[in-house]
Amino acid sequence: MLRVESLDVVIDAKPILENVCLEVEDGEVVAVLGPSGSGKTTLLRAIAGLVELATGDIEWDGASITGIPTHRRGFGLMFQGYALFPHMTVAENVGFGLKMAGHHKAQAQIGEALGWVGLDGFEARSVDSLSGGEQQRVALARTLAPRPRLVMLDEPLGALDRNLRQKLVEYTRQVLEERQVTAIVVTHDRDEAVAMSDRLALMREGTIVSTGRLEEILAEPADPWVSEFLG
Amino acid sequence: MSRVRWGWVAVVAVPTLFIGYFFIYPLLRILSLGLSELSVGSSGLEARLLRVGWFTLWQATVSTILTFLFAAPLTWAVSTYEFRGRRLALAMATVPFVLPTVVVGTAFVALGWSESIGAIFAAHVFFNVAVVVRTVSTLWSRIDPKLVEAARVLGASGGQVFRKVTLPLLRPALAAAASIVFLFTFTSFGVVLILGGFRYATLEVEIYRQAVTLFDLPLAASLAVIQLIGVTAALYWYSRYQERTAVSWTLDSGANRRRPKGPARAGVLVAVLGTLGLLAVPLGVLVSRSFSGDFYAALLSDDRVVGNPISAVGNSLAFALVAMVLATFVGVIAATVITARSGGLSRWFDLTLMLPLGTSAVTIGFGFIIALDWPVDLRGSAWLVPIAHALVAVPFVVRSTVPTLRSVSPETREAAAVLGASPFRVWRHVDLPIVSRAALVGAGFAFVISLGEFGATSFVARPSSATIPTMIFRLLSRPGATSFGMAMAMSVVLAALTAGVILAIDRARFGDLGSF
Repeated sequence: MLRVESLDVVIDAKPILENVCLEVEDGEVVAVLGPSGSGKTTLLRAIAGLVELATGDIEWDGASITGIPTHRRGFGLMFQGYALFPHMTVAENVGFGLKMAGHHKAQAQIGEALGWVGLDGFEARSVDSLSGGEQQRVALARTLAPRPRLVMLDEPLGALDRNLRQKLVEYTRQVLEERQVTAIVVTHDRDEAVAMSDRLALMREGTIVSTGRLEEILAEPADPWVSEFLG
Repeated sequence: MSRVRWGWVAVVAVPTLFIGYFFIYPLLRILSLGLSELSVGSSGLEARLLRVGWFTLWQATVSTILTFLFAAPLTWAVSTYEFRGRRLALAMATVPFVLPTVVVGTAFVALGWSESIGAIFAAHVFFNVAVVVRTVSTLWSRIDPKLVEAARVLGASGGQVFRKVTLPLLRPALAAAASIVFLFTFTSFGVVLILGGFRYATLEVEIYRQAVTLFDLPLAASLAVIQLIGVTAALYWYSRYQERTAVSWTLDSGANRRRPKGPARAGVLVAVLGTLGLLAVPLGVLVSRSFSGDFYAALLSDDRVVGNPISAVGNSLAFALVAMVLATFVGVIAATVITARSGGLSRWFDLTLMLPLGTSAVTIGFGFIIALDWPVDLRGSAWLVPIAHALVAVPFVVRSTVPTLRSVSPETREAAAVLGASPFRVWRHVDLPIVSRAALVGAGFAFVISLGEFGATSFVARPSSATIPTMIFRLLSRPGATSFGMAMAMSVVLAALTAGVILAIDRARFGDLGSF
C-alpha cells in the first residue's frame, strides 16, 4: 500500500506541490485528474524518486521510502512521451527492467509481456519503426514486464488520436485488471480517468482537493470549481 | 537526496585532475615566472618583446587578409552555384587543413621557398583556405534569395546587392572565419620555424628558441605571457562581436544554389580549377621530389646522427594510440559531466576544457618542462608526449560527443532508473551505446592530432622517443640533399597516414547514424 503524507515539492524556488496526501490500496487503480500544470506529473516523479521532496514522506507498506534511490524502489513509471530507448529493439526495451533485476535470459518473460499488450512477434522490431499506438503499448509492456509493486502511468494516451484513445482506454484498463496491479494513472481527461480507475483524486494548483468515486465527489463537491471541472 | 554521491565525485575528479595538473598548474607556473621576469625588466627585454610581438601581430593580420583574398573566388563559386563535383571540390580544398604543419612546411621548402616571408604567407594561406571557404559558404548558400530579389527590384545592381545586402548578412561568418584564421596564424609554430629560418620568428618560435636552444626559461615565460594576452584578447573580441551581432534573420532552410549559366559557367570553372590547381602544387611537388632519389630506402637504414628514421613511425603510432585512449577516456567522462547537470558546474567545466584549444601547443609543451618537476620529476618521461597530445585532443573529443549526449532526453535516463538501473548502469546501457559512435569519431581525431602534433612535442620528446614530425624537423635541420630527401619522404608517409585515418573517420561519421 502506498501512502503519500503532506508532500511539498519546490522546484527553482517555485512551490509545485503543496501538502499532497494520497493513499493507494493494494490492487487499486487511482486516477489523478486535473488540468495541465496542476502538478500531476511532479507527483508521479516524486513518488518515483526523480525529484527531491521539500517536506513530507512517502511510505510503502508502512515503511518510509523517501531515502531510497529511484532504481531501488521497485516501481514502474510510464512516461508521457514513452521515453523508449532509441538504440534498442522492442525486446531489449521490454527486457531492460528484467536485465537490471538480474534476469539475463528473459526471452519468455519478454514474449509474455508483449502478449499482454497484443504485440506478439514484435521482439526484433526497431523502436522508430513503430506507430504511435504501438509505441504506447511497448512502453506499457516495458513498465509491466519487471512486475513492479506500483505502476504509474503519466497521460498514457495523451499523444494519440481520438479513435485510438478510445480503443486503448479499454485495453489499458483490462491489462491492469488482469495483472491485478496497484496503479496510479495521471490524466487531464475526465472520461479516461473514470474508465481506467477505481477511484479519482482531483488535483488543482499543486494540491489534491478531493478523492473518491465520481458520483461521491459530485454528490458533495468541495467547491464550485470541482463540479464545474467535472462537468 | 542531498547525500554525497561518491561515485559522481570520482567521475568529476578524473577530468578535473587531468586538466588541473597537466594544464592549469603549468599555466600558473608560466604566469608566475613570466610576470616576475617582466616586472624586473632585464636589459633589452622590452625591445625584443616588441620586435617579436609586432612581427607576430602583423604577419597574422596580413596572412588573414591574404587567405580571404585567395579563398574568395572558390567561396563564391561553391556558395552560389550547384555544379557537378562541388562536394569533391570542397573536400579537396579541406585537405591542406588536416595536414600536419611540418608536412606543409616541408612542402614549401620543396618548392624552394624557404627563409622568406613570402613562404610563410603562402603556407598560411594554403593551410587556412578551407576555414574561410567552409565557414562562409555554409551561411552564404542559406541566405534567403528573396532578400536579393527585393534589392534588385528596388533598383540595386549586382555589385550593389553584394555590397549592401550579401556582405552585411555574411558578417557573422566572416568574423568567425577571420578570428579562427587569425588565431591559427598568430600561434603558428611549425610553419614559421621551418620556413622562417633565423630571420623570422613568431612569439611561438621565439619561446621555443629561448627555452630549448638558449635555456632562458624566464624570458621564454614572459614571451608566453604576451602570447596568452594576445590570444585571450582575440577570443574576447570575437565573443563580444558575436554577442553584438547576434541578430537573427530568416535563414532559408535549404541551400539556394543554382546552376551556373553563360559567363558564370566560365567564372565557376576558373575559380574552382584555379584554386584547386594552386593548392595542389606544393603537395604535388613534395610527392614527386620525394621519389627523385632512394629516400624511402634511406629511411630504413641506420643513420649516425638521427638513428633509424623509420623507428619514429613506430613511436608515433604508439604515442597516438596512448593519446587516443587517454583523450577519449577523459573527454567522454568530461562530456558526461557537462551534459549530466545544467548550471554552474557544467558551464565552468565546458569552458575550462576548451582552454587547451585556445592556448597554443607550444605553451602546453613549455609548461610541461617548467612545471612537471613536482611532486615527482616527470620531465624525462616519454609519457609526457602522449599526455601533451591528449591535452590538445580532449577538446575535440568533448566537442564531438557533447551534442550526441545532449540529444539523449533526460526522460530516457529516468526511464532506465525507474526500471532499476543504478546511475552507473544508466550510463553503461543508455549513454555509452548512444555516444559510442561519436566517441569513435573523437578518438579518430585524437589519433590524427597526435600523429601530426609538433608544437608541444618539440619540447617534451627525447631523441630516443622522436615522433614522425620531430624526426622530419631534425632531418630538415641537417644540411645535405639526402637529409632533405628523407624529410620529404617522411612527410609523404605522415600525410598518407593522416589521410588514411581521416577517411576512416569520414566513413564512421556518415554511416547509418540512428535518429535520436
